Amino acid sequence: MEALVNQLPIGLSIGAVLLLVALGLTFTFGQMGVINMAHGEFIMAGAYTAFLLQDLLLALPAAFLVAGLMGLILERAAIRHFYGRPLDTLLLTWGVSLVLQQLARDLFGAPNVQVAAPPWLTGAIGILPYNRLFILALAVAGVVAVWAYLGHTRQGRRTQAVVQNRQLAATSGIDTGRVDMLTFFIGSGLAGVAGVALTLIGPVGPALGTYYIVDAFLVVVAGGLGQLRGAVLAAAGLGLLNSYAEFWSDASLAKVIVFAAVIAFLQVRPQGMFVLRSRALT
Amino acid sequence: MRIPHAILSGVLVISVAACSGTQSGTAPSEAAGGSEIKVGLLHSLSGTMAISEVTVRDAELLAIEEINKAGGVLGKKLVPVVEDGASDWPTFAEKATKLIRQDKVATVFGGWTSASRKAMLPVFERYKALLWYPVQYEGLESSPYIFYTGATTNQQIIPGLDYLKEQGKKKIFLVGSDYVFPRTANKIIKAYAAANGMEILGEEYTPLGHTEYSTLVNKVTQAKPEAVFNTLNGDSNVAFFKQLKSAGATAESMPVLSVSIAEEEVKGIGVDNIAGQPVAWNYYQTTDNPANTAFVKAFKDTYGQDKVTSDPMEAGYNAVYLWAEAAKKAGTVEVEAVKKAAGGIALERPEGLVTIDGETQHMYKTARIGIVQPDGLIKQVWDSGKPIKPDPYLKGYPWASGLAQG
Repeated sequence: MEALVNQLPIGLSIGAVLLLVALGLTFTFGQMGVINMAHGEFIMAGAYTAFLLQDLLLALPAAFLVAGLMGLILERAAIRHFYGRPLDTLLLTWGVSLVLQQLARDLFGAPNVQVAAPPWLTGAIGILPYNRLFILALAVAGVVAVWAYLGHTRQGRRTQAVVQNRQLAATSGIDTGRVDMLTFFIGSGLAGVAGVALTLIGPVGPALGTYYIVDAFLVVVAGGLGQLRGAVLAAAGLGLLNSYAEFWSDASLAKVIVFAAVIAFLQVRPQGMFVLRSRALT
Repeated sequence: MRIPHAILSGVLVISVAACSGTQSGTAPSEAAGGSEIKVGLLHSLSGTMAISEVTVRDAELLAIEEINKAGGVLGKKLVPVVEDGASDWPTFAEKATKLIRQDKVATVFGGWTSASRKAMLPVFERYKALLWYPVQYEGLESSPYIFYTGATTNQQIIPGLDYLKEQGKKKIFLVGSDYVFPRTANKIIKAYAAANGMEILGEEYTPLGHTEYSTLVNKVTQAKPEAVFNTLNGDSNVAFFKQLKSAGATAESMPVLSVSIAEEEVKGIGVDNIAGQPVAWNYYQTTDNPANTAFVKAFKDTYGQDKVTSDPMEAGYNAVYLWAEAAKKAGTVEVEAVKKAAGGIALERPEGLVTIDGETQHMYKTARIGIVQPDGLIKQVWDSGKPIKPDPYLKGYPWASGLAQG
């Protein structure tokens, strides 16, 4: 029974990890419709930033900048030439992801590296260790920041305008190219922040991104494209489902159950939990 | 009409000549003649397994270099032909075929995962070529064209269980990655436990590359085992040990005995997360032996002072020396002669005395249990006293009867 109760906070903390890796994707995939397979490698870049700095709090803003700039360069140099061609973008960014993985292997070596967790994160409240609580708090802070940015800043409202109707936004004098650039910067930067958090609980190596990319897309698709509340609910739901499914079966079967559940759900609601009515990039 | 024919046949003659020309050009470097012997090295140099296999290739290259410096084999220099298996099992089979048929290598050193070995096995048996496989594995195999220089189960897993039994650990939890090695190993462990009054409290598998261990850690800590037997492989170990430690589990209260974590992996997991935990192997960088002192020094001098040496690296390094010794004894690098000469060859290696068992083509090896130290190296706390005779089918263990079939 105790184990069963324990699975509830565990599920929420799994959900927090999912939300954190998916938050950046709600921007690049959700808002802009770009299937960015290199999103995982921006997470990896954030993790390696934490490795280089070996200071968690310093690494968070630094990783945001590093991953954000990588995203910016990718958007300006390549992706913007492929807007409206999702399959080409998919192949392009998948290639970029392979290049970035090999680059990490050449720069830092193939074996995993170690990021020392700060001593103040040692300990636990009940079943949840401090480092899990930190990730939970970071995910909440990330959601609040994204919500505030989109809804309550000038730039955020411009972003929403471009998502809802690109042509009209452009004729209203919004520089849509600039908005795309900034959206990609923020989305990629958030991936970097997630990477820093993941060093607390997982391996730090060239393949890091590949372990999270599928889960991240799953959350965004189940939640509904461009929907922050959808992503939050989907992450929490998938986290809990994962936690209890694994508890009653095993890790391999839990993955099957989660995927089957998402597929079944998308049969009923093909556009995810929440649907954005828009004339977005098509 | 005639003229084009003449031109055509002329072209044909020239191209045939050119073909045979290139063929005779490579002939002197083939196994039989010339001043060189080609040997193949086939490991994953890219992809998910590169992390481990690159270090084995490095150790094998070091052995080749050392042998060449000492005069080579049968008066000829060894020339390594290095191929990339790319962590992809069909690629291993394809590259093995290329090394055998095209490069005509005298022998191949290669593989890491059981899947790559299983993919290469039919190729080597078909062409009657020789493979030296350098990693501990799940046993239940004995191909006439493979020499196994890593441990089989009775030289690593069973001694690991003997150690836990000696420590008075009776309630065990099994954690492993979901593929052939952990599942076979756990079958053996369960049979051992049944025969030795141990209780298996749980058996859990996670997919390769799995990184979310909070549920599994909850299951393990709720079951309250006295020890965990860990057959996780690769990056999962990092996530498992980090999350186990932050859940408050310690090596004192619940030791986790691992069979896939060596010096190289300790660095990536983070010493803080695994210090004090036991591991089972046949060799450690700290193994006290003049041959090992020389090996560690040579490896660091060649590849960098921050590099560590591990069991699979040492087994790969040994493989080259053992093959060279067999070729010298046979007086040729011809496969059947080398196989015949190999049985009974005994060499002092970094892990101590290694003897080739001619019947199974496995090695006699000393089993060792070590504890991960705060400096990242592993200190031996227990050994089997003498090299253990390899028994891949566990014929010498009555409780294991029936495992080979299932």
